[in-house]
This record gives sequence, C-alpha cells and structure tokens, in this order.
Amino acid sequence: MDQSGIGLWGVPLAMLAGAIRVSTPFIFVSVGECLTERSGRINLGLEGTLVMGAMSAYGTALASGSPWLGVGVAALVGLLLGALHAGICQLPRVNDIATGIGLMLFATGLAFFLGKPFIQPKAPNLGAIDLGWWSSIPQVRQALQVNYLFVLGIALAFALAWALKTTRWGLIVRLAGESVDAALAIGTHVGRVRMIATAVGGSFAGIGGAFLSLYYPGSWNEGLSSGQGLMAVALVIFARWDPVRCLWASLLFGAAGAISPALQSVGVTEGYYLFSAAPYVLTLVLMIATCSPERSLRGAPGELGAVRQKEMRQWPGSMSTRAPIPGPGTAT
Amino acid sequence: MIDKFAIGRRTLLASSASAVALGLAGTAHAQKPLVIGFIYVGPRDDYGYNQAHAEAAAVLKKMPGVKIVEEEKVPETVAVEKTMESMINLDGATLLFPTSFGYFDPYMLKEATKNPKIQFRHCGGLWQEGKHPVNTGSYFGYIDECQYLNGIVAGATSKSGKLGFVAAKPIPQVLRNINAFTLGAQSINPKISTQVIFTGDWSMPVKEAEATNSMIAQGVDVVTCHVDSPKVVVETAERAGIYTCGYHTNQAKLAPKGYLTGAEWNWERVYTGFVEAMKAGKAPANFVRGGLKEGFVRTSAYGPAVSDAAKAKADAVKLEMLNGNFVIFKGPLKDNKGNTVITAGTSQIQTDPALESMNYLVEGVVGSTS
Amino acid sequence: MSPKDQVALESPPAALVTAPASSSARDNMRAILERIAVPALALLASAVIFGLLLAIYAGVDPLEAFALMYQGAFGTWFSWQNTLTRAAPLILTALCTALPARLGLVIIGNEGALVLGGVAAAAAGVAVSAASPLVVQLTMIVAGMLAGGLWIAFAGALRQYRGVNETISSLLLTYIAIALMNHFVEGPLRDPESLNKPSTRAIGDINMIGTIPGMDVHWGLAFGIVACIAVFLFQRFTTWGFAMEVIGGNPKTARMMGLNVGRYVLLACGAGGAAAGLAGTVEVAAVMGRANASLAVGYGYSGILVSFLARHNPLAIIPVAVLLGGISASGGLLQRRLDLPDAAVVVLQGIIFVVILASETLYGRLLPRRQGS
Repeated sequence: MDQSGIGLWGVPLAMLAGAIRVSTPFIFVSVGECLTERSGRINLGLEGTLVMGAMSAYGTALASGSPWLGVGVAALVGLLLGALHAGICQLPRVNDIATGIGLMLFATGLAFFLGKPFIQPKAPNLGAIDLGWWSSIPQVRQALQVNYLFVLGIALAFALAWALKTTRWGLIVRLAGESVDAALAIGTHVGRVRMIATAVGGSFAGIGGAFLSLYYPGSWNEGLSSGQGLMAVALVIFARWDPVRCLWASLLFGAAGAISPALQSVGVTEGYYLFSAAPYVLTLVLMIATCSPERSLRGAPGELGAVRQKEMRQWPGSMSTRAPIPGPGTAT
Repeated sequence: MIDKFAIGRRTLLASSASAVALGLAGTAHAQKPLVIGFIYVGPRDDYGYNQAHAEAAAVLKKMPGVKIVEEEKVPETVAVEKTMESMINLDGATLLFPTSFGYFDPYMLKEATKNPKIQFRHCGGLWQEGKHPVNTGSYFGYIDECQYLNGIVAGATSKSGKLGFVAAKPIPQVLRNINAFTLGAQSINPKISTQVIFTGDWSMPVKEAEATNSMIAQGVDVVTCHVDSPKVVVETAERAGIYTCGYHTNQAKLAPKGYLTGAEWNWERVYTGFVEAMKAGKAPANFVRGGLKEGFVRTSAYGPAVSDAAKAKADAVKLEMLNGNFVIFKGPLKDNKGNTVITAGTSQIQTDPALESMNYLVEGVVGSTS
Repeated sequence: MSPKDQVALESPPAALVTAPASSSARDNMRAILERIAVPALALLASAVIFGLLLAIYAGVDPLEAFALMYQGAFGTWFSWQNTLTRAAPLILTALCTALPARLGLVIIGNEGALVLGGVAAAAAGVAVSAASPLVVQLTMIVAGMLAGGLWIAFAGALRQYRGVNETISSLLLTYIAIALMNHFVEGPLRDPESLNKPSTRAIGDINMIGTIPGMDVHWGLAFGIVACIAVFLFQRFTTWGFAMEVIGGNPKTARMMGLNVGRYVLLACGAGGAAAGLAGTVEVAAVMGRANASLAVGYGYSGILVSFLARHNPLAIIPVAVLLGGISASGGLLQRRLDLPDAAVVVLQGIIFVVILASETLYGRLLPRRQGS
C-alpha cells in the first residue's frame, strides 16, 4: 500500500463520506413526508416531486447562472405539487395513497418531458463547506466536504421535531393528524392545516431534488433518482414519524449504500450485487428486530390513512390505533 | 427546445402526408422513401451510448430519399418485438436498427423470421452465417483500440500508478474495454493497476458518483468508465481535481482541465454504408466490424494535461492501428487470478471471435468478473 | 373502466349487511349512469389537459395526437394485439396488490415477486428441461408461483406476527429481490454462452408456452383473465372470500368473531404474490425463454397503479390494464410520427390516473353526505 491509499480504513471512511454525500435527499424527503404524515395525510408521490425538483433546479441554475435560485424554484415547484396533492385529496372519497402514486407518475413524466434540453449542458453547482481543513489526509478532507443543504437538512429535522413538540402550530398539526373530531371541536380548519403541511412537505422534497441535480451527483438525467424518493417515504414509517429519527435513518441508509463501492475499491469484489442490497436488508432487519405486534404502530398519527371512514378500521393487535395505511379505496 | 419541437411539427406534417399516401394507391411523383427504424434502449439524449446512435441517425435524416423513425426507451422485452412490428406495419420501415444488445436474441431473430423481406442490422450481436437468418446481421466497432490509447495517455499521466474504471456489468464488451485500457497503461508502466467498480446497471448516477469517489479515496488519479452516460463520472472526477478519459462521445466540455482524451463512436460511417447498399438495391453486409482504420471509432482531441511525451507514444501506436499492424491481445497474457489466458506466441487480432466472448480481467486489474 | 364492474365493487359491502334501504330501482339506475358518466368525463378532462400541454409546449396538434394514439392502441388488429400483449403482465401483477387489499393491506412488492418468480421458473425449467414439455411447463409455473407467493407471504407474515409495516417491507423486499436476481443471473445461474446480456440457460424452444391460437398474444393474457375471474368468484361466493371481506371491513370485529386473521393474511398475500410470480413465469416461458435483468422492467410497479385504479376489484383490473397497455402501445407511434419524447405517454398516464382518482369525488354527489375534512 503506497502513501496515496489508506487501505481498509477507506471502508468506514467511505461509509461516513457516503452518509454525508448520499443522505441529503433522503433527509429532505423523509422530514417533509414526516410533517405531512403528522398532519394525517400520506403523500407517496414525493418521488415525482424529487425528480421535478431536480429538473427545475437544474434548468433554473442553467438559465440564470445561480444554483441557489435553482434551489428556490425547486422548493416552489415542490410546494405546488404538494398543494396539488393536498387539494385533490381534500375532495371527499379520494384515496391519498392512490393519488400519490398517480402524481408520482405525472411528475416524473413531466420532469422527463420538460427536462430533455437540460441533459447535456453543464449548470453551475452548489458549493461545499470544507470541514476537513484540520486534516492532512486528502481522503478525510474529501469526505468532509459538506454541502450547505446537508446542514440545512439536519437543522430542519431538529427544528421540525422541536416545533411539533412545543409550538402551538405543531400542536395543531398533530391534532389534525391524531383526531379530526378533536381538531374540529376546537375550531381548527383541518383541511387548511393538511394543505399547508403537505405543501411544505412537498417543498422539502423539491429541495432534496435540487441537491441531486446541483450538488451530488450534480447533473440532470433521467436515471437521477431511481426510487430514492419512494424509499425516503418508506423511511418515515421506519423512523416512526419522528423527524430526528428520520435524520438518523437517512444517514444510516446513505452509509449502507456506500458499502458496495467502498468494498470494491479495497478489492472485496465478489458478490457486489448482494452488497448493493445492503441498505434494504439492513432496514428490513432493523424493522423486524425493533417491531413487535403490540407496538407496531407506536407513533403513528391516528388519522393517517383514515379515508374519512365512519367506523374506525382497527388492525388486530394494535389496540386503539388505526392501521397507518388504508384498506381498499372504498369509502364505506 | 422550442426549435426541437418545431422541427418535430414539420416532420409530423410530412409523415402524416406519407401515411395517407401509403393508404392510397397513387403516390405522387416522389419515389417511395427508404424508411429506416432506429430503436434505443434509453433516452436518445443521454450524452452517451444512445446519443451516439441518435446523432448518426440525425445524419441519415439529411440524406435524400431516406426517412427515419425512432423510438427511445424501449425495454428488452416483448415490447421491442412490438415496436419492430409497428415500425414495419404502420410506418413501412424496411431496414431496422435495434441498437441494444439484449434486442438480438430472441426478439430480433423472431421478427426477422416473421418478416423475411425486412432487413435487420443489430448493434453488438455476434451474427453467424447459417445460424441466424440471412436478413439479419450485426455491426460493432473495435472501441477497445481507443481504450488502449486512453490507457497509454492515462498511464503516462498518472502519478499514483492507480487507474480507475467505473463499469456497469461484467460482460465481454465491458471486460474487453477494461483490459485494453489496462494493457495500454501497462505498456507505459508495467506496475500500473486498474481498480474496477461495477455499479450493476447501465444508468445509476448516484452509484457512479459514489464509485468514482471511493476510488479517489483509494488514490486513483485517472478514471474512465463504461456506463450508458459518462457525464457523472467525468464531472465528479473533474470536481475532485483528477484526470478522466471519456467514452461513447466527447465529454471534453464537462472537464476542461482534467479531460485527457476519449474513446468515441462514429456510427454514421457504419450507417451510411448500410443505407447506400439498400439504395443500390442490395442487401447490406451481414457482419460488419471495424476500428480506427475503418473509421468506426475515433479518439477525442488531447486535453491540456496531456504531456508531449504521452501524445507521442499514443500517436505512434495509433498510427500502427491505422495501418492495421497493431495487436492488443497477444500472448503471453495472464488474467488477474494468475491463469494464462493467451499463450505465448498467440495473437488475437481484432476479428478473432474469442475476443467477443472475453470473460477475464487481465493481470493488474483489481476486480472480479462475478 | 367498465361501469358494471364498478357496481359490483360498490355493492358487496352493502349487500353483506342487509338489503340496503335505499336500493330502489331508480337509485340503481342513477348509480349505473354515474358509473358511465364519471369515468368518461374524467377521460375527457385528461385528454383536454394533455392536449393543452401538447399544443402549448410541444406545438403539436392534439387531435392529430389522439388520432394517432387511437390508431396505435386500438386502430388495427395489430394494434389490439400490441395492447393486449402489454396488458397481460399488468393484469397478473395487479392481483398482487388487489388481493391483500381486500384485508386492508397495502402491498407494493409486486415487482419483486415477479422477478423472483421468473428466476425460479427459469431455474426449475432448466433443471427439468429433459422432461416432456408439459411437465417442464407445469414445473415452471409451480416454481414461479411458489417463489412469488412465498416472497409476498413473508411480507404478510412480518405484518401479522412481527407488526412490520407491509408496505415498506414489501418495497424493501422488491429491491432485495432485484439484487438477488442480478446475483443469480450473473453468478451461479449464468449461462456462459450468454455474452453481453447475462442470462440463465435457455429452457429450450419446445418448452416455451407460446401464443394463444389465432392471435399473436402469449398465454399470459388468458392466465390473467382466468385468475381475475377466479378471484372474483372466490371473493363473491366462498366463505373464505366472505371472511376476508369481514376482516377488511373491521379486523377487530373479525377477531371477535373468531376468524383466524393470520391465516387469511398469509393466504391473500401468498395468492397475490403467486399471481405476480406467474407473471414472471410467463415472461420466461412465453417471451424470453430464459431469465435475465429484463424481468425488472416495471410491470410490477404498473400493476400497483392498475390495482388502485381498479379499486382493487378483480374484474375492473382487466379493462384498466387494457387501457394502460393501450397507452403504452400508442407511445411508440407518438414518438415516431410526432417526434415527442417517450415521457409524453408517462405524463398522459399520470394525468389520467390523477383525474380519474379525483373524479371519484363526483360519485354520490346526488346524495351529499357530511365528510370528515
């Protein structure tokens, strides 16, 4: 091993670096979805929002020369898509899971359709903060190149956790998510609360998309997301609807994703397909280990997935909470 | 983008007119155009494999008496059969170019048996006389020649002696490129090694960036790749301040500092040959292969970081290749597990079928084929 | 979407209880009319939105585009076969979501079950390829359905016995299944002769399932239609089907009634997974002749969409799948004649789905009811 390589130490370092580089979109989408779901609404379409955000951010940065304007436009596009989802789901008898899937298709298709001219040109990228200045090892310095959006994502997770817990506004969101009747009783406009929560959640996902196209990997093409948004939505359930746990889950997921290339780069090359499934296996194993039939829905907002049904749909084993996901889209 | 669709509108008018003409008996004085169908597995502007074909298709479009119909993102399933049939039945195509390897067997072979009057030419397949229908054929370019030249330049530029290769899957076409790249580099410095990382699929931008960064962390200072779109790898390398060699098309714009040279396709050369044969009323050739000498592939202009010495070495080998005197894969050659894969005294020239089923990585490559 | 099916979907829950008080003949007529008018309106609205997008952004005459789409999807016998071929796998994969949905579970692991079903079928087919074709085909079908069934049943079991959310576990299992497929196809099961498209060994031409006589559509279509009808009859006329209805309606009540909820969860998930596994088997046995990465081209994800749009009604799945198949069949013509990108049909699909889902709010507007929010 010559000086330039750091050998096996590269694996944990690469995982740390991977967590920092790859996790940001997961953080934004899952924290955004966390807010949305706490208000009692599911938005499965954030994959589409992520892709639209990436496309519009790249296009804007290209046209204006300002990547931060791109981030702003991505947030706006996400806001609009979130509001569209909320607006449609507000109609009586409309199933939010199905609408989310439909909007995912729509937004992804639209991003590909409108994004054709942006595949080749090179747009200005977002800069990074050099947190590795203290180290003389180039690999460490490289790993600690931290993007502003990553920092913003972490701040958002903690801020949202704090806001949900202690502010009046957070209480209203949670109330809308826990019990429509209780919210109505104190005069809360549940529809408006969910509209705002879904739109803001969407704008977070849009920013996540901007990170993909403007920082890492830092260009626009049609394979850019390939399911990251969908996975991030799933991480919310894994994180039990807690923004800070969403953050940890995203970091863990990002680190696990770095295992396969990191191992290959130090010469462990057999079975890389199995290593590349590591993030999914790890998530599943952790879920199996930490769930139990009695506590499966701890933390789930009570109204989540309740498609305005008259009777409570209860799953055996989960006393007093509704299934977090609705049944067949029939309003009985 | 408006322009692009404006052109689309004009072709629409032209094509709907010809669609009507096909239905009615009396066509106007214009002779029936030769309709050619192009089928791509990915988006045709991917800055890579598919775009290289689409650019050649755009050149054909300008030829008189030729009409091009194109379909992108056609998966390697029964969908491609239906696309071919649709091009034949609804558009009147008589020459089809399914450009992705997975289209060959069974889909194209099946359609060729069904439509014996239609000519099918496939990119990358190994057409064999007697085994495959006579109205089919295949073409490909010896891009490993350019990869060898990439390797020479990379080997001469690298300071760490470690090169990197981001690859999609361990298939013969990819392995041949990795090996040629490595052999080129080793011709400069025998101790040089190539780190290969397989991402598992043809378009995985995040994984490609991660692979590039992992290799940079291990001290690699020149990377190249074989994925559908090299944009992510090239840009990531440029940002980290290391060198790159391009693939498929010229990516010099993306890395003005670190781009050394690149291996590019020149498909229009192949396609115009086919079209001219068709127009002359002949069946196009069935098995077409060519390298630098035939003009099927080419190298990108050298970037600013390439030393004069490196240029001289690469140019000397390139000249030999252009004269048809250079053999990349010759014995004695060992794979990276220590087995001899080509015995001493054996030369596998480019037309050798053994090269099209390559299943090893040469000594000096860090990686494995499964 | 067939209006009759929608009636069928709506009526069972009501019929289960008692004869509904409001089911006068006139109300039924009105409901049936609604079932025709609302989807028609939704399709029209989608067409207008898509047409505007085409006209304004792409400068394409929308009427021209719709005429072409009709031609490409349903205009000729060839187009119909194209449409039906594309619909076939969607019918089967949609059942993977629809069956568990009856119990109130949201399974989105269709793609994984399909992929593993295909790999298992190919492995089994190659293993017994010396036997008579019928034996080979049956072995493949059993292996494929078993693999898909067990995969989704695992997600169901995790839900039932460990409380793991089935939506996320089935999604994770899909990614794991695709990694396993790639590993097997490029590793242990790889045919060394498969050069640039790593695949398993071929099952052999004589063992292929082939096409339905008289048309160029493989047997997967027939399998799918039969499966949908069978599931419909099962849900409608058997005790087990009735029990699932009860569980889906109110699991707590079902449990108090002494129903073995776990058994039904495993059954529904297993059967749904088996349907997706059968789709994978058909891809191998009727289309590709071997298993490779082309198994994972998104049939499973489209199946989720079909199931939701059909409101998980097995009979409604068929027309919805045909609609979706028709849209993708017509996509090629849009690309070739109008120079539109491939994404145009994806946009159209998205618009249609969203508008149809939103249009559900129009049902029963004649009998307004106070809603939750």
